[in-house]
Amino acid sequence: MSEQEPRELPEPGPPSAPQGRVLAAVAAGGALGALARYGALVLWPAPGHGFPWTVFVVNVTGCALIGVLMVLTVERGRVTHPLVRPFLGVGVLGGYTTFSTYAADVSGLLVRQEIAVATAYTVATAVAALGSVWAAAVATRVWLDRDARPTGGPGARDAGRTA
Amino acid sequence: MTWLLVAIGGAVGAPLRYLTDRAVQKYQGPGVPYVFPWGTFTANIAGSLLLGVLTGAAVSSPVHALLATGLCGALTTYSTFSYETLRLAETGRAFLAAANMLASLLAGLGAVFLGAELAGGFGG
Repeated sequence: MSEQEPRELPEPGPPSAPQGRVLAAVAAGGALGALARYGALVLWPAPGHGFPWTVFVVNVTGCALIGVLMVLTVERGRVTHPLVRPFLGVGVLGGYTTFSTYAADVSGLLVRQEIAVATAYTVATAVAALGSVWAAAVATRVWLDRDARPTGGPGARDAGRTA
Repeated sequence: MTWLLVAIGGAVGAPLRYLTDRAVQKYQGPGVPYVFPWGTFTANIAGSLLLGVLTGAAVSSPVHALLATGLCGALTTYSTFSYETLRLAETGRAFLAAANMLASLLAGLGAVFLGAELAGGFGG
């Protein structure tokens, strides 16, 4: 496994876990993720017009979290349990974030002739989602690689070390 | 009750996305470099089409909670979509990364409109 330059996109789910358990983990995570998204919409209901802030925040935060998770699991192998990625990545974060609501909200804005808002929402989501997954992945890599020096044990956090 | 329906929809939608991704990767063949993330693309567009149908059909609130918020929401994903786009960009495939963003957006929008039309239009 190449640690620095994984050339291929990671496969969904480790092949080592039995398929039934992986599916159960994905389903449980998907239920929790969908509930978290629904909870956000209950707390901060979308007004039915204008910028869909709640789904925007849900998607951007979910992108940041998957950046951390994918570096911890697939890229650096710090978390090796075979069900962590199916549960948290495919399930919880996949169920929490949504593409269909995003597309439907853009469509609704276009139908209601809110062209400027539709454009702003489309671009802002794409930029913020990519930006957050990138920033989270880079920050996690930097933090892990600093932590992984041979002098320090696994999990040892040297707060006094100069960056 | 609504919470339960959303949870059930999510518990079905996420495994459907996972199985779609596995099936598409299998179709691409073993040993073939996994370049364009067709699995996530397929799940996102299928979920957008279904959500368009539900929007056009103006379904009742419980059905909306189960199928739109729960199933379509979990069948589609923005997090994996973003991470896969990031990996394409980071591995020197900026064109494919941009193509993934643009194609997903256009196909997703088209799928929502198509679904809504099939079910009676946005005004339905």
